[in-house]
Amino acid sequence: MNRSVKSFLKGAVAAAASFALVLPAAHAAEKKDFKVAWSIYVGWMPWGYAADTGIVKKWADKYGITIEVKQFNDYVESINQYTAGAFDAVTLTNMDGLSIPAAGGVDTTAVIVGDFSNGNDAVILKGKDKLEDIKGQTVNLVEFSVSHYLLARALESIKLAEKDVKVLNTSDADMASAYKTADVTAVVTWKPIVSTILEDKDAKKVFDSSQIPGEIIDLMVANTEVLKDNPKFGKALVGIWYDTMKALAADKAAKEHMAKASGTDVAGFDEQLATTKLFSEPKDALAFVNGPDIKTTTERVSTFLFDKALLGKDAKEAGAIGVEFPDKSVFGDKANVKLRYDATFMQAAADGNL
Amino acid sequence: MRLLNLKPDKTWSFVLAALPFFLLIGAYMVGSDLRLTTNPNDKLLPSFGAMAEAFKHMALQPDPRSGIYLMWNDTLSSLSLLLTALAISTLIALVFGILIGLLPVAGATFGPVVAVASMVPPLALLPILFIVMGLGDAAKISLIVIGTTLKLTRDMALRVQDLPREQLIKAQTLGASTWQIGTRVVLPQMLPRLIDTVRLELGPAWLFLIAAEAIAADAGLGYRIFLVRRYLAMDVIIPYVIWITILAFLMDLGLRFLQRRAFPWFAGAREA
Repeated sequence: MNRSVKSFLKGAVAAAASFALVLPAAHAAEKKDFKVAWSIYVGWMPWGYAADTGIVKKWADKYGITIEVKQFNDYVESINQYTAGAFDAVTLTNMDGLSIPAAGGVDTTAVIVGDFSNGNDAVILKGKDKLEDIKGQTVNLVEFSVSHYLLARALESIKLAEKDVKVLNTSDADMASAYKTADVTAVVTWKPIVSTILEDKDAKKVFDSSQIPGEIIDLMVANTEVLKDNPKFGKALVGIWYDTMKALAADKAAKEHMAKASGTDVAGFDEQLATTKLFSEPKDALAFVNGPDIKTTTERVSTFLFDKALLGKDAKEAGAIGVEFPDKSVFGDKANVKLRYDATFMQAAADGNL
Repeated sequence: MRLLNLKPDKTWSFVLAALPFFLLIGAYMVGSDLRLTTNPNDKLLPSFGAMAEAFKHMALQPDPRSGIYLMWNDTLSSLSLLLTALAISTLIALVFGILIGLLPVAGATFGPVVAVASMVPPLALLPILFIVMGLGDAAKISLIVIGTTLKLTRDMALRVQDLPREQLIKAQTLGASTWQIGTRVVLPQMLPRLIDTVRLELGPAWLFLIAAEAIAADAGLGYRIFLVRRYLAMDVIIPYVIWITILAFLMDLGLRFLQRRAFPWFAGAREA
C-alpha cells in the first residue's frame, strides 16, 4: 500500500469517528416539552379523546408545560419508540413493560394503572367447546404477547404445557381473516378481534382473561428519570386521565368519540368496556396497586417471560429484573429495579392535591 | 486532468470500495458506544460483541427449548420457499415469455393480460392469498411466484422480440419449423438472458418472502426478525439482516458464475 493510501485511510477513520450516528437518548433534567405515545385499545381510547378535546392542553397549561400526545397504529412500535427514548411516556401492559423497556434497561415507572383485562383476551376454538380439546392443535397467536401469556395460563389450568400444542405466530392484523381459513382451528387474541371471530357460528370461547382477573394490566408508564426531574409531568398525566374518566362516565359524546376513534359504534365500544375493568376513580386503582395480588401477578409474568428468555440473555432467574411496588418492597433483584409501580401521583389525585 | 479521466489504480479502487463500509461501521460503533455509556442495557444499537454473542446463540448453539439450531433452521425454511418459488416462476416465465415473444397469436392472447396483471401490487394480494390458500407454505410460495413471474415473463417476451428478425428468416429459409426455431434458435439465446432477469428479481423475491413470513409462520428469516422485534432485540435483527444480504449476494454471484460457465459466448459477446 502506498503512502498516500495510508494517510488517506487515517483521514477516513477519523472522519468515520466524527460522523457519529446519534439517536435521541431520553435525557433527564428539567424540561418543558413532553411526548406521550398511545395506541388503539379500549382502555387507552381516553388519551385520544383527551388530546382532541383540550383536556391535555388544560392540564399542561396548568403546570406550564406542553404535552404532545401521539397515536400509533402499531402498538409494538410505540413501545419501541419509547424504549429508544423518543417518547417520555407510553401506554402498555404490565407484561410488555417488563419485557421491552425494563429488559432494555430503561427504568420505567407506572404512573397510572388504567384498567385490567376482564375478558378482553380470549382463547377460541373452532367447533370445540372444551378447553381440553386444544391438546395437539396448532394455535395461532401473536407470539410473546399477552395472548401467549393467556394461553400459558389456560394450559396451566388444565395441567397441560405449551409443548402439548403447537404455537404459530400470526400477525394480529390478519388474525380475523386467518380464522376463516380451514387449517386454523385455534386462536388466542384480543378484542375487538375476538368479537369479530365470535360472530362465526363455529367459534367457541373456551377461556378468557376474566378467569385470570387482574393479571393483564394496562398502564400509562413514564421514564423514571424524566418523572423524577419533572413531577409536574406525572401530575398532569394523572389529572388528564381522571378528568377524561369523568367525561366518559358523564358525557355521551365522549363515549361516541372514543367508539368512533376505535372503529366501532357505541354498542361495540360498550361491549369492549364490559370486559375491561376500568379504574374510573383513583381510589379503585390505588386499592388494586396497593393490594397483594399485583405481587403474585408480577411473579407469574416474570416467570413466564424468563421461560421465554425475554428478560435478556444474561437473566439467570425470573427475578433478574427488579419490580418495585408502592410499599417500596421489591420482587427480584433489588440492585436492578427497572419497573416501578408508583402510587404517589394517583394518591395525589385521590386527595385532590393536583 | 479532467475528473472524468481520473481512473483509480488497483490499490485505490480497493480502498475506495472499502471506504463507505468503514465509514458506516465506524459511525455505527460511535453511535452504539454513546448509547451504551448512558444505558449499558440499551437494545437499540448493540455492540459488535453483543451481536456476536447473539449470533452464537442463534447459529452455533442448539436452542435450549427445541434443540434445533434456530438460524440454520430459519435459513433452510426461507431458502426452500424462495428457491421453490423462483424455480416455478422462472419456468413459467421461460415458456410463456418465448411463446408471447415468438408467436404473434400467443402475443395477442396473453400479452395484454400479462401487461395488466403485472401492474397489480402483489403485496396487496397477500390477505386474499392467505384466505384462499391458508396460512401455510402454499400462500407464501404463491406470493413470490405472482410477484416475480409476470415481470420475468414480460422481460423474456421483450428479449425474444429483440432478436434480429434476420435470424428467424434465415432459419426458415433453411427449412426450420416453428418448434425447431423455438427450441434451437430462440431458447439457447434466451437462457443466459433469463439468468440476468432472475438476478434482478432476487430483490423483490426476498421482499415478498419476508413480508409473507412476517404475517404467519413458525420458522424463517423474516419470521424471526418480526418475532424478536417485539422485544427490540436488535442484537438478533442486525446479524439476520446481514446474513440475508450475504445470502442474496451469494445467489447473485452464483447466477453470474453459472452464466459465465454455461454460456461463455454470451459473456464474451457482452464484453466485445
